[in-house]
Amino acid sequence: MAENRHKSLGLSDEEVLDLFRTMLMARKIDERMWLLNRAGKIPFVISCQGQEAAQVGASYALDRTKDYALPYYRDMGVVLSFGMTPQDLMLSGFAKAEDPNSGGRQMPGHFGQKKNRIVTGSSPVTTQVPHAVGIALAGKMEKKDFVSLVTFGEGSSNQGDFHEGANFAGVHKLPVIFMVENNKYAISVPVSKQLACEKVSDRAIGYGMPGYTVDGNDPLAVYEAVKAAADRGRNGEGPTLIETVSYRLTPHSSDDDDRTYREREEVDEAKKKDSIVTFANYLREQNILTEEIETEMNEEINQIVNDATDYAENASYAEAESAMKYVYEENEE
Amino acid sequence: MAVISYIQAVTQALREEMKRDDKVFVLGEDVGKRGGVFRATDGLYDEFGEDRVLDTPLAESAIAGVGIGAAMYGMRPVAEMQFADFIMPAVNQIISEAAKTRYRSNNDWSVPMTIRAPYGGGVHGALYHSQSVEAVFANQPGLKIVMPSTPYDVKGLLKASIRDNDPVLFFEHKRAYRLIKGEVPEEDYTLPIGKADVKREGSDITVITYGLCVHFALQAAEKLAEEGIDAHILDLRTVYPLDQQGIIEAASKTGKVLLVTEDNKEGGIISEVSAIISENCLFDLDAPVQRLAGPDVPSMPYAPTMEKFFMMNPDKVEKAMRDLAEF
Ligand SMILES: Cc1ncc(C[n+]2csc(CCOP(=O)(O)OP(=O)(O)O)c2C)c(N)n1
Ligand SMILES: [Mg+2]
Repeated sequence: MAENRHKSLGLSDEEVLDLFRTMLMARKIDERMWLLNRAGKIPFVISCQGQEAAQVGASYALDRTKDYALPYYRDMGVVLSFGMTPQDLMLSGFAKAEDPNSGGRQMPGHFGQKKNRIVTGSSPVTTQVPHAVGIALAGKMEKKDFVSLVTFGEGSSNQGDFHEGANFAGVHKLPVIFMVENNKYAISVPVSKQLACEKVSDRAIGYGMPGYTVDGNDPLAVYEAVKAAADRGRNGEGPTLIETVSYRLTPHSSDDDDRTYREREEVDEAKKKDSIVTFANYLREQNILTEEIETEMNEEINQIVNDATDYAENASYAEAESAMKYVYEENEE
Repeated sequence: MAVISYIQAVTQALREEMKRDDKVFVLGEDVGKRGGVFRATDGLYDEFGEDRVLDTPLAESAIAGVGIGAAMYGMRPVAEMQFADFIMPAVNQIISEAAKTRYRSNNDWSVPMTIRAPYGGGVHGALYHSQSVEAVFANQPGLKIVMPSTPYDVKGLLKASIRDNDPVLFFEHKRAYRLIKGEVPEEDYTLPIGKADVKREGSDITVITYGLCVHFALQAAEKLAEEGIDAHILDLRTVYPLDQQGIIEAASKTGKVLLVTEDNKEGGIISEVSAIISENCLFDLDAPVQRLAGPDVPSMPYAPTMEKFFMMNPDKVEKAMRDLAEF
């Protein structure tokens, strides 16, 4: 039997199985979204595929009863881990009134749900980075011991808000985990045309924080790195930059055609390292994911995704005139 | 009642709000030990400590963005932009984030933050220390823009801005800081955001303006009164969203309206005021609505000749008022 890697991280068999289940849930919802898009039922999809291990591994390393998440559009794995439900996600896909992210105001992937401390996000990339710093600053002022996790793409790490936010957090030693999900592309532009340094994590030194690059297909490696970063943050030692390297397995979005800029061989090669495959293998080797459990899990998830889809498809849109609401605070009784 | 300066009213409002609510804190460049380059936060660092009067790195998008994050958590940050001219690096955070947070989250999240910034010219500040930037933000639903003219209004409106549960841009005229003094009650009071204020009752012509120009109009009105011209002066106080009712009433009262700003002419606040009047007051008007504004050049030049040419002053306002009265 292969070496057990999760026990030494303090993770039980049940916990790693649950972690995998959340990864698989994200993948299955994402796949369904594409089918719905190609069937003309939802206008837009932007995928988590290839980044589930990083997203769920990182989230499980946090205290999901008090820490804050500031996800970006691919982070279905993060928001599922933080308590958003498959039905919530489908409601967002169909832009229905009950969508907790925005009531159907924003495109899918623009997450936000206060009760689960998932902070609302927008389309301009990287604007969430200073917000994560502000939330951590507030926590420090209020003497709370939560950390904030903010995620973004490697292309987005070139924005000024990354620099300004990271520097601020470094100067004020704030408990922020900056996690770059490096999937090798920013739409069509490869990482070689985005960065002059070798790794995004090389940038950490400029902000007085440690930087690590880890295998983004390995949820345990990500878990370990994020756990250490969260401990650092809670101990008042300040922020950490973590780069998770994986691959974007789908086109940028449902409106993109990645055949125009990358070879199929490259994508096929990346699929061999797909965490949904490799982590399942690990769990099988550990006798945690038995055939019986796997069948059951697949059936259960399929059922949940079906139910969520049906519910969301049949749910109501917001009233047209409700577009006038909530520009400013309204005093309703 | 104590007579204090415009900037002392800023400091007083900040101090009182910080005392009243420990969620209120100040952040910005040089706001701490130095008390701000204009000294608006003078004494607050000693009184409240470095954690509540935060000297930030020199990075405006972070000042706004970190403020937004803290506000979303439930704090009440008061961010200072050292000069309104330098708010530009923070525009994305203000317009894409602060303005839209409540709306995009369907009322789940909000940004109770105030951003203060000194604006305006006539201080030898040249292109980048003289600008009026309100028009940049004045078509962004979700934002409120307050531009007070008197110490009394400063204190009441700054307190209201800090207590408001939505983002407020609070623009302070930097020449008014020490030039304008007035009576300010020592006790706590707020003034309503979104309400214009009649600063002088009159019956012949109406002047609608805001900020330092209110004082130019008041001075001009005193002179014109000697000639028998009685001016009605409305101070917008909040320039976005505008007090439509107040504008309509003031315009209809005399039927002759002059709109004054020191900002550039085209596309400014007063152009919107003019549109409101033309939509609502056609049959009450006795003259075409007049706009008196800065020229449409990028900003105020440094040399005294050109600065004077650009900058609004009581003489320019007086002439425009007389011309309108004689129409
Ligand atoms: C400020 C801004 N510029 C451009 C875009 C358009 N855009 C959306 S995603 C994207 C690429 C982002 O790449 P990366 O940060 O690597 O994230 P990934 O999509 O690869 O996960 C671009 C250019 C945007 N949303 N925001
Ligand atoms: Mg990328």
